[in-house]
Amino acid sequence: METKFEIEKLDLYYGSFQALKEIDMSIYGNKITALIGPSGCGKSTFLRTLNRMNDLIQGVKIDGTIKFDNEDIYSSNYDIIELRKKVGMVFQKPNPFPKTIYENIVYGPKIHGERDKSRLDHIVERTLHEVALWEEVKDRLHKPAMGLSGGQQQRLCIARCLAVEPQVILMDEPTSALDPVATSKIEGLLEELAEKYTIVIVTHNMQQAGRVSDYTSFFLSGQVIETDKTEVIFSNPSNKKTEDYITGRFG
Amino acid sequence: MAARPQMEHEMSVITNELLDMTNLVEETIRSAIQSLEEKDSELARVIIKNDEEIDDMEDEIKDKCLKFLATQQPLAGDLRYMISVMQMVRDLERIGDHCEDIAKYTLRFENEAYMKELIDIPRMADLAAKMVKNSIDAFVNKDLRLARKVWKADEEVDELFRNIYDELMGIVDHEPQKANQSVMFLFIAAHLERIADYATNICEETVFAMEGNYEME
Repeated sequence: METKFEIEKLDLYYGSFQALKEIDMSIYGNKITALIGPSGCGKSTFLRTLNRMNDLIQGVKIDGTIKFDNEDIYSSNYDIIELRKKVGMVFQKPNPFPKTIYENIVYGPKIHGERDKSRLDHIVERTLHEVALWEEVKDRLHKPAMGLSGGQQQRLCIARCLAVEPQVILMDEPTSALDPVATSKIEGLLEELAEKYTIVIVTHNMQQAGRVSDYTSFFLSGQVIETDKTEVIFSNPSNKKTEDYITGRFG
Repeated sequence: MAARPQMEHEMSVITNELLDMTNLVEETIRSAIQSLEEKDSELARVIIKNDEEIDDMEDEIKDKCLKFLATQQPLAGDLRYMISVMQMVRDLERIGDHCEDIAKYTLRFENEAYMKELIDIPRMADLAAKMVKNSIDAFVNKDLRLARKVWKADEEVDELFRNIYDELMGIVDHEPQKANQSVMFLFIAAHLERIADYATNICEETVFAMEGNYEME
């Protein structure tokens, strides 16, 4: 099994507050890894360290190493633009640009220098197929993306992320603002996407983590308490704290 | 307030119903043997009739478990607990069926004197009834030691069964006129042996509910 990310002794501070403590973790390629834990436990912070989104926050200090395909992404000569192209992100609330559906998807490729109209058309069709949105929007590609439903908007955001051909997709509670039907469409999508991409997903929905992921990591107070195969975490976790959290005894 | 008031409440209702069902089943095993020993046809008929009650209890508990799974979506220890309860009520229901069969044999013997005094069969029944009671107690009290002890006690029941088998087959060989009763008593002993086996299933489920494996030794 290919290791996509190798995280060793990762500490992260917001000013004097230590948000992540000595995280050691491997994230495997073409697998779905779920990060669970109570609010404020550090799982979103951890997710954002994987494509250096925390660099945008003032006062963040990071120790330890994160290797992506065996290269330390925090070394001074690592190309961050390239990193964010390879490691895309989808957020909690669908956040399409106030542009057309088409323009949303080609935005990334254009920034990376793609100008060829037919290639851009192809990217739009490919990514919309990948997120199972093509049939629903093929006749209104040049209509505002804001006119789509919440679930469609979120699938569009995933398509936008796929347009630059990433290897990894980071998802921060991607369905928490969606209804059950839209949620189940995205969940169905994840399994298909994992054939091509590595997915790391933060979720507060235990059943969702159980349904969609291959591996689950339980975070608490900035530490990883337990990582294991998802079926083990949800049927017979080793750590009492994990059991107490997933069964709703705290958190 | 408890962290999960509704969940805890529903679990305790299910546990209490499981205990009620166990009490009825234990009592039924004892009554089945009592009716056999005392040739009490009236009691045998009551047992046959009461089996429906046991069946209904199984259905009710299973319904509650199903509702619990659907609405509370339990995980880890809670999930294993519910799965175990669903298996246990099935085992208890099957025990009830065995008692019903024993009661039917009692009715067959209604107008016939026994060829010998019953000694080992009541002993076996007593052991099996205790095993059933203790197996559920171990589950409800989360007592792994008791679960494993009860599981081990099955060897005693098996030993008694072997003795009964040898004795009855000896009678069949040497006193063919008693073959009919011998075979019937052998069937009854086999029912009791199965009842004890169901108790061991319950012990295995208890270990599974608590530890997530089936390691009994």
